[in-house]
Amino acid sequence: MRFDTAPSPHLPPANSVSRLMLLVLLALVPGILMQWWQFGPGVLINIGIAVVVAELAEAAVLSLRRRPLKPFLSDGSAALTAVLLAVALPPLSPAWMTAFGTLFALIFGKHLYGGLGYNPFNPAMVGYAVLLISFPRHMTAWMPPADLLPQAPGFGDTLALIFQRENAPVFDGLAQATPLDTLKTQLGLARGVDEIQSVARIFDAIGGKGWQWVNLGYLAGGLWLLRRGLIGWQIPAGFLVTLFAAAMLGFLFDPALHPTPLFHLFSGATMLGAFFIATDPVSAATTPRGRLLYGAGIGLLVFVIRSWGGYPDGVAFAVLLLNLAAPAIDYYTQPRVYGHGS
Amino acid sequence: MFKLWQFGGGVHLDTHKTESTGRPLRDAGLPEHLILPLQQRGTSTAKPVVAPGERVLRGQLLARDENPLNPPIHASTSGIVKAIEDLPLPHPSGLPGPCLVIEVDGEDEGLAQEPMEDVRDLPVEELRRRIHEAGIVGLGGAAFPAAVKVDPGARRRIDTLVLNGAECEPYITCDDSLMRHYPDDVLGGAEILLHILGAERCLLGIEDDMPEAIAALEAAKASGGYERIEIVPVPAVYPTGGEKQLIKVLTGREVPAGGIPADAGIVCQNVGTAAAIHRALVHGESLTSRIVTVTGPGVRKPQNLMVRIGTPIAHLIAQCGGYTEHAQRLILGGPMMGLALPSDELPIIKAANCVLVAGSELVTGEKQALPCIRCGECATTCPVNLLPQQLYWYSRADNLDRAVEHHLADCIECGCCDFVCPSHIPLVQYFRAAKAQVTARQRERDKAAHAKTRFEFREQRKEREKLEKAESARRKKELLERVQNDAS
Repeated sequence: MRFDTAPSPHLPPANSVSRLMLLVLLALVPGILMQWWQFGPGVLINIGIAVVVAELAEAAVLSLRRRPLKPFLSDGSAALTAVLLAVALPPLSPAWMTAFGTLFALIFGKHLYGGLGYNPFNPAMVGYAVLLISFPRHMTAWMPPADLLPQAPGFGDTLALIFQRENAPVFDGLAQATPLDTLKTQLGLARGVDEIQSVARIFDAIGGKGWQWVNLGYLAGGLWLLRRGLIGWQIPAGFLVTLFAAAMLGFLFDPALHPTPLFHLFSGATMLGAFFIATDPVSAATTPRGRLLYGAGIGLLVFVIRSWGGYPDGVAFAVLLLNLAAPAIDYYTQPRVYGHGS
Repeated sequence: MFKLWQFGGGVHLDTHKTESTGRPLRDAGLPEHLILPLQQRGTSTAKPVVAPGERVLRGQLLARDENPLNPPIHASTSGIVKAIEDLPLPHPSGLPGPCLVIEVDGEDEGLAQEPMEDVRDLPVEELRRRIHEAGIVGLGGAAFPAAVKVDPGARRRIDTLVLNGAECEPYITCDDSLMRHYPDDVLGGAEILLHILGAERCLLGIEDDMPEAIAALEAAKASGGYERIEIVPVPAVYPTGGEKQLIKVLTGREVPAGGIPADAGIVCQNVGTAAAIHRALVHGESLTSRIVTVTGPGVRKPQNLMVRIGTPIAHLIAQCGGYTEHAQRLILGGPMMGLALPSDELPIIKAANCVLVAGSELVTGEKQALPCIRCGECATTCPVNLLPQQLYWYSRADNLDRAVEHHLADCIECGCCDFVCPSHIPLVQYFRAAKAQVTARQRERDKAAHAKTRFEFREQRKEREKLEKAESARRKKELLERVQNDAS
């Protein structure tokens, strides 16, 4: 009997890109639910806008580049970029802004470098950074968490606010600075951390009101990713441990100028960044030791930007800066190969 | 508890061992004809010492070679030498090579066996010679001549013999079967090897999912009093059965890059090889048969068979109830490293441990490869700590220098990276191609260097000759002048 030949291994592959992306999307669910609960349905609408725009942009660019549509559209990577960008945006961001950020992420952040696998920068963070630089007022106007709002807008009102702000019903106190932003501004006015936290109502036991829940949600999803072996422990561990250690040093040095390490861990985009953004494989370092360093670099930069930089959070810039360093980190952290001296 | 070390990486695979171990080991019987390739390793071809038409007996020498890497070939049953001709070899390419074909007469008449002696009375050189003469090669799959391996050279001191019973590829159970049924041969062979090598101890590594084999070996050890042999269960992770990996797990030592286990004071042999050495030295039997696992969803009754070397695979399939409707790919070896064969007319060679008939669930088909997303899974699973992803980029870009710098040569081609790659990139194929390119480039360089030396040598010679000519002309002239001066 005759048979066809093929090179080994003769086993179906253990994994696929689309499955990986799908599972990461799934792991985002607890964080998204928390965001919905704390900040209203805006996050869902943002995700919807971003995903639709991303898929359309992906299809358009692929056909311009004369690439096959099906394998790339079904890989889930565009959707993941869209969702990561969408959850980082303020819940009531105008629709045009979300769409613009998504387009920029997909076209400039991804396809101009060659598409899936070739982008040196995290596309979602490219989109986010462009929006932050271009529209700083929109980008720092977050909603307060639900229990601080006198009247929270429902789904329909949120839709109206996102799509046509001018004709939407008017709500009191819809935009407010985030806890990190408040802290930064007030510290600039020479107030101490204790004083700021006791006056402003947006602080809670460990982090910002609402924000601590969102961070717990992303932490839960991230731990699930770790357990399933879908991400390595090195990047999140490097990130969180370094951020904690730097924040602890600052806090011990001068508690009037630096909030507690726990506040750093459970505010802003810390957990989202540590488990979902810094771990983007394409743009991160790849060697085991390199990933630890890469994560540590991001954690340190987040602390530096938050403490002394011009922006309240800093995850996006920290990630983009370390993206730049990833190839060099990889080169200098090659593991010792079997049989080669230490 | 015996202390075990760990090598990095590896993968857990569905083992599929019970399909073939569910049926007893039995003899595959005599096929109609045997095909015996005369090349076993490299390009050296053994010269036949029999002619077509001649009747040969089981165990009779058929062909031999000056090259120690190509041990002698013996008839595995009695019959008539039908032809010595080029036939396809058991390799995916199906390229032909010289083979000796025997028409089996069904008598299975063997040569009279040499009387037994106590092997410990014989000099070590004689034992090695007998191992070579019995045609014994490594039965783990690489078929390296056993006599060469047990001669590590005077400079190296061997303290440990490692016996490899860690059959880590899915589906393959021939060593499991051997250890269950012939534990005395395995341990007896180990004792002989310890004697030849002058080693103190033998560590027999066996995967911990083979309880029957472990029990059989322990029982044989207890009754035979093999005190220097330790039977060590090791975790069932692929590729623990790789020589370098098993050595690491059992001893914590690493084989230096570019070196052999003997450089770390170790010689490693497959359990089947040890058993074959025992049969050869104690019972005077040449290597003419081995256990082969015939398994997979494409074959009706998977089982282990005692097979005469040279038996066409089709005969084994018939012994196992024929193909099922799932039969799609014929693999010699396991699913991770095995070779896909174009035809079942090809013969079982000494290195053949398994015939796996894969069905659609094992055949990946032509899955489209997506771009690498740099997830690093390949590096996490690589048992030798390579960065397969970087090697892939460099191989693709023909940047061979960088690939070599990233230790391309250390890749053992185990297929772990390929298996876990979510982008379905055929990584091992890239590495094989890059290695071949590196070898070709090195050959070119050697050639160029050789040509350069020759050219320089010629130039030097020409220069020297010119100088010599000038010198002799000068002398002649001087002489002439002197003569003229004297004359005037």
